[in-house]
Amino acid sequence: MAITADAIPAPASRRTLRMTLAGVFGPLGQVFIFVVGSAIVLSVITVLVAFLLRGTRTNVDLVQATLTILPQVIVDGLVRGFLFATIALGYTMVYGVLEFINFAHGEIFMVGAFSGAALGAALAASGIVNALPPLLFVLIAVIVGMAVSGTLAVTIERIAYRPLRNAPRLVPLISAIGVSLLLQDGMRLIANVTGLGFNARFPTPNFGPPLQLAQIPAADGRTIPLILDVRALIFIVAATLMLIGLNYLVNATKLGTAIRAVAQDRPTASLMGINVNQIIALTFLIGGALGGAAGVLFGIRVGTVNPYIGFLPGLKAFTAAVLGGIGNIPGAMVGGIVLGFLEAFVASYLSLLTGGAFSGASYADIVAFAILILILIFRPSGLLGEAVAQKV
Amino acid sequence: MRYQASKLLLTTFLIGALAACAPAAPVAPTAAPAAPTAAPEPTAAPTAAPAEPTAAPAEPTATTAPAAPAMSGKIKIATQSPLSGPQAALGTGIRNGADLGLQDMGKMLTDMGFEVELAPFDDQAKPEVGAANAKNIASDPDILCIVGHLNSGVALASLPTYKDNSLAMVSPANTNPKITESGYQNAFRVVGRDDVQGAVGEEFARTEMKIKSVYIIHDKTDYGQGVAEFFRQQAEKNGIQVLGFEGTEEKSNFESILTPIQAANPDLIYFGGIYDQAGPLFRQARDRGITAKFLGPDGLDSSELLKLAGDAVKGMYYTSVAAPVSQFPDAAKFAEDYKAKFNEDAPPFSAQAYDAMGICIRAIAQAAEKAGGKPSREQVVQAIRDAGEYKGITGAYTFNAKGDPVTSTYFVLQVSDKDGEPGEVWNANAVVKKLDIPAP
Repeated sequence: MAITADAIPAPASRRTLRMTLAGVFGPLGQVFIFVVGSAIVLSVITVLVAFLLRGTRTNVDLVQATLTILPQVIVDGLVRGFLFATIALGYTMVYGVLEFINFAHGEIFMVGAFSGAALGAALAASGIVNALPPLLFVLIAVIVGMAVSGTLAVTIERIAYRPLRNAPRLVPLISAIGVSLLLQDGMRLIANVTGLGFNARFPTPNFGPPLQLAQIPAADGRTIPLILDVRALIFIVAATLMLIGLNYLVNATKLGTAIRAVAQDRPTASLMGINVNQIIALTFLIGGALGGAAGVLFGIRVGTVNPYIGFLPGLKAFTAAVLGGIGNIPGAMVGGIVLGFLEAFVASYLSLLTGGAFSGASYADIVAFAILILILIFRPSGLLGEAVAQKV
Repeated sequence: MRYQASKLLLTTFLIGALAACAPAAPVAPTAAPAAPTAAPEPTAAPTAAPAEPTAAPAEPTATTAPAAPAMSGKIKIATQSPLSGPQAALGTGIRNGADLGLQDMGKMLTDMGFEVELAPFDDQAKPEVGAANAKNIASDPDILCIVGHLNSGVALASLPTYKDNSLAMVSPANTNPKITESGYQNAFRVVGRDDVQGAVGEEFARTEMKIKSVYIIHDKTDYGQGVAEFFRQQAEKNGIQVLGFEGTEEKSNFESILTPIQAANPDLIYFGGIYDQAGPLFRQARDRGITAKFLGPDGLDSSELLKLAGDAVKGMYYTSVAAPVSQFPDAAKFAEDYKAKFNEDAPPFSAQAYDAMGICIRAIAQAAEKAGGKPSREQVVQAIRDAGEYKGITGAYTFNAKGDPVTSTYFVLQVSDKDGEPGEVWNANAVVKKLDIPAP
């Protein structure tokens, strides 16, 4: 839905509060259902596999070992999923409006992370980084990252995509890949010249120890803490806020109506007095700003950034967007979270369940993507793809 | 319409697949232009320095010794190491160390009438880039010897080309046994080997750190996985419980790897790989409250590790085949010169690169004398084999039949817990143990 009209009863001149709320929070409910659903499905499958394989290992109780880390794996998957989801939002927005995959989006994410790191380094150099309250620092860094990435996205659109708007579809796609490489190597150059270094540290105030949600008893009498890092929590909260904000913007404002109108039929929207170029630039601004915010939050969480961090998350976020049904905003969130769960489960469990024959961390992508292909075979238009109206 | 949409999806997938190759693809095109430009630009400076002074003595020797007119022409010695990208800190040190070596010892060749020049290549720590550079190096007839690489995986990708062209490679840093065990007659190194290094690490972990269980992570490269495998073999043999053995190419987000580690609760996390991955891994482990000790091989030997990991690595141990330059009494002048010329402390492996350069120069000089002119590449390889002991600033090196030094020194070092600039703190790292072990 989102970028299409069918979610909203057509003439949205006077809308009731109830309709607005439904437009904004309805998709959130959908995301929530998928989060819980995929967590349950994957947990059940994993435990089932562990149960079936329990005879193969004599030295550990597989089911017990699986269950002890299960809550932590779900938390990890959630955090990872929200990362993909926030990046996927940018892909899906642009696709919805232009039917074009902005492959440079992963790099826009990376540039956002770097601008946050540069800000952190500047604050650290002047010695005030530790004096700042962590939340204030996050807020400032996110705003800086959103500004830089948003501006960058609009600039890229103006320079590299707009002149090609009427060219065959593959042309802007190639242009996007070119921009992506340009940004990677350009940032590599900038990072080396400015002294940030290729592997730049992201200095932050101290967020304190991770939150211990529970203590899970393990087989040998120890307890294993269930941990949620404060920074991961910030990430999840921020991503949820972004989704709500975006849904409000697209579904409940005049601007959103204009965006949806451009998405549905560009010439007609133009005839209705909508400035199409402006709306497309705005879409890039929003997508870029979301990517930048995700980059900063990711950088804060992992603590180091380098010019290549955007590439793989970008590719996976694109996959997530397709998985959820490209062009569909809650779909991007759902796709991201499902992919995040898949990866976390495979990475954490494959090695345990195969008795160390396969290293989970190195085969996570293969298995996660194989499952993904399966899902797409049965649901070619994506998990929430049905809601995408065909432009006929 | 639906049909068209699916066509579009298919094309985007194809493009996606194309883009997926991009970590490999983009570097090749950028590497190609980068290498040639890298070559002439930095060489301009180093050659200008040694060439000018030689211009003066060259003439008198030309007039006093007209008997050797063949001793002329240009000789280039190449370096291959990552000069850009995540591992540039060590790779640049190798280039700079070799540069200083040529500046100090190139006289041996310029006195004979040759022009000498350094040809630095950037292998970006990527096997495919190293192999492409190797072809460029092979096609330049003036290049007679190579100082490099940093990464064993890159060296192994380049060695077939060197071998086909009988080019001598003297490595200041490659520790994977395969370098000298694969029958390359032209491969030499001035450092130890990972089969020994892994065992040294394991013994130290068992006897000094008193650990009972270990979780091993590696970076899936020839070097990192290699040394991790040797550590595992020894650990299993000597009764250390190996709780896990995982490879990953992940560079920033280690969450899903750390969850099983937290549950397994090992005494030690052994990381086989390079500092750029180890830094975030170690710090995220500590952030999560994992209290296991850390240990790793010489790939961690860079102050960048401290910059990336911060307090998480203070006091940790690592094994190395190259100690801080301050550990070598003969290298004091080198350390001063390095700081004066490049404005930073000499990083690990730079002094080894200096010695590797010395070995190259001596061999070329001996081969030239024997040949009575500019030697062939085969003659240089033979000269390195025949030359006998080389007394360098990091030790004395005699090569065995495989190309390993007969005896190598292995170190166990501890990261200093001082505060300050990472570069300075790193140089204060203490040598805990020093072992001279003959090559297997």
